[in-house]
Amino acid sequence: MTTLTDPPKQGSFQPMMLLNDTRYRSITFQVIALILLILAIWFLGSNLATNLAAAGLNISYDFLGNPAGYDINQTLIPYTSQSTNLQAAFVGILNTLLVAFLACITATVFGVLAGVLRLSKNWLVSKVMSVYVEIFRNIPVLIWILIIFTIMTASMPTAKSYLGETPDNGLIAGLFAFTNRGVNAPAPIWGEGSMVVVAVFIASIIGIFAYRKYAKKLLFDTGRLLPTGWPTLAILILPTLIAFFVMGQPIGLDAPDPLANRFNLRGGIQIGAPLIAIWFALSIYTGAFIAENVRAGIQAVSKGQTEAAAALGLRPGRIMNLVVLPQALRVIIPPLISQYLNITKNSSLAILVGYADITATLGGITLNQTGRAIECVLLLMLFYLVISLTISAFMNVYNNRMKLKER
Amino acid sequence: MKTSVFLGALTVAGIVAGGAAAATMDEVKARGKLNCGVTTGLVGFAAPDSNGNWEGFDVDVCRAVAAAVLGDPQAVEFVPTTGKTRFTALASGEIDMLARNTTWTFSRDVDLKFTFVGVNYYDGQGFMVPKDLGVSSATELDGATVCIQTGTTTELNLADYFRSNNISYEPVPIETNAEAQQQYLAGACDVYTTDASGLAATRATFEAPGDHVLLPEIVSKEPLGPLVRHGDNEWGDVVRWTLNALITAEELGVTSANIADMSAAPGNNPEINRLLGTEGTLGEMLGLSADWAKNAIAAGGNYGEVFEKNIGEATPIGLSRGLNAQWTDGGLLYSPPFR
Repeated sequence: MTTLTDPPKQGSFQPMMLLNDTRYRSITFQVIALILLILAIWFLGSNLATNLAAAGLNISYDFLGNPAGYDINQTLIPYTSQSTNLQAAFVGILNTLLVAFLACITATVFGVLAGVLRLSKNWLVSKVMSVYVEIFRNIPVLIWILIIFTIMTASMPTAKSYLGETPDNGLIAGLFAFTNRGVNAPAPIWGEGSMVVVAVFIASIIGIFAYRKYAKKLLFDTGRLLPTGWPTLAILILPTLIAFFVMGQPIGLDAPDPLANRFNLRGGIQIGAPLIAIWFALSIYTGAFIAENVRAGIQAVSKGQTEAAAALGLRPGRIMNLVVLPQALRVIIPPLISQYLNITKNSSLAILVGYADITATLGGITLNQTGRAIECVLLLMLFYLVISLTISAFMNVYNNRMKLKER
Repeated sequence: MKTSVFLGALTVAGIVAGGAAAATMDEVKARGKLNCGVTTGLVGFAAPDSNGNWEGFDVDVCRAVAAAVLGDPQAVEFVPTTGKTRFTALASGEIDMLARNTTWTFSRDVDLKFTFVGVNYYDGQGFMVPKDLGVSSATELDGATVCIQTGTTTELNLADYFRSNNISYEPVPIETNAEAQQQYLAGACDVYTTDASGLAATRATFEAPGDHVLLPEIVSKEPLGPLVRHGDNEWGDVVRWTLNALITAEELGVTSANIADMSAAPGNNPEINRLLGTEGTLGEMLGLSADWAKNAIAAGGNYGEVFEKNIGEATPIGLSRGLNAQWTDGGLLYSPPFR
């Protein structure tokens, strides 16, 4: 019989333990992998630097301060052809954010509607939605953008048909024009006292939330159900309307003018065809994916929940809004995040229809005119990375608020 | 994810930069083919015909260089490039030369490090409008929507022209000529602007070319020519003197019809003899065979023949020689002497 005379000494460490001891082995391999990765990056980086130097090229961002020299058709901030390349990049960034923001909202609306309706018991409605989802999901977004833009430019009336003393097409309601170059809408003219009207409008929106909160509290406390539909509408419109007339109609409308120019309608707001095409294409394409997420989310809610709610006497609309959707959201939100990221990234296809997003300004014209390809592409990568991670972060915060609280 | 994207970009950039150096001529000879960058399709300058054979004014320059270097005008791999991709393609070594109606400018020459070997077409930026707009001058274009091919000097010229004349316009940047054409015809823009030769070529493909007019204003100088990378002067010389050989051949009356006779034996004109290699060692100096220029000229004819065949007045494009006539005829074409 042998006895253990020498217990393993605590704290003694031999180098071979890095490989043999399972406590250290994984760390050892991770360190080795990290070193290899750093070496590989260093090798590629130095290779790039050497080759660029050999070709007489240097990485320099000085061009950002030079005048851009070209014009952009949609600018949300002041910009002329004498502005810097940096300013042109900012114009592009804002245009990208604008189309991404608009498309995220409409894609969500399309998606939720189509997803809910696809589960409808009405045969025709559910089949129509299936066709929508399958067609839009399975054709590349690039082709949708081109098709929609081509249909717009080919089928809408020309801008010229709205012009002159006796135009072929009159302005719709004297205010709107739909041409193959975009939509012309009236712009508000802020007269004296218009701020009061705006203030009343903002106050009434706050009032709506207050009323709804009160109605909810009353429901929970006493079980009395107040109507929310028509009071909301009334609070939204009536006070603003009264303020508008009391102040003597301070807000006017600047309608598009068919006589000011021989080529285009002047005045009002113009929403260009490229923006509409890319916005609509991204919304309807991504909407099809979101519809599938929504359907999956709804079907993930156990049928017993619906039946229990029905047994309590809730009507179908309330079952969906109060019981099913809040639970389905937990399943819907994570894939929704990646759809929002897809929209943002797919908006880089905007150059296809001549929309001046960041890929078109910084990654297109500026890159071309300065020839600084590597610099511009690195900046582009940085921008999309930052914007995608930001969207992700915000949506994750929302997801954390919505997800099942496990206590 | 972050690192892998970065790594990928670095790898691409590294490979791209790595291919840049080394003697281009040896590479072309070893490969047995010339990689020539052309447009994605501009009738008359470079476009594939119904059988897929590239033809056009710029294409013939590529073929002449291939004939001079490799003895075979068909030994060309045509690489279609857009306004955006052309410089990267050349800088990275994907193509050996670029013959894509590219304007010779200071910054492209000096900052982008390319060598323009000469000018094969003196052009200028013009405007095309539908006739029924009733516009007769570019100064009447205030408020117009203008289609531009993006990534070209025309974008900058346009901004400068409208700014200096203090008139407003709305630019619509378009990626390729074909798309711009479609937008223009659909009436999504009032005006299409690019090099006047390109406008003429585009108009020639319309169903009713007579419904569109080119405005008289030419708002810029656009000397178009083939270019190569900086730093490989031997290769630059080959392309430069091939172009000069075509121009000189026209000046001296050497055509594709009579070149076989002329190159068979030395004639009376010593410059023709030197050009065609029956006298002197010009080919050897370039590192090519003695009959390099003969091959180049035989490929598509001299400059005048190439011009008339592809874009001249007898073609649908219908460009007159204008500035592109020989200096002896009052034009700007002037080749340095072959001696």
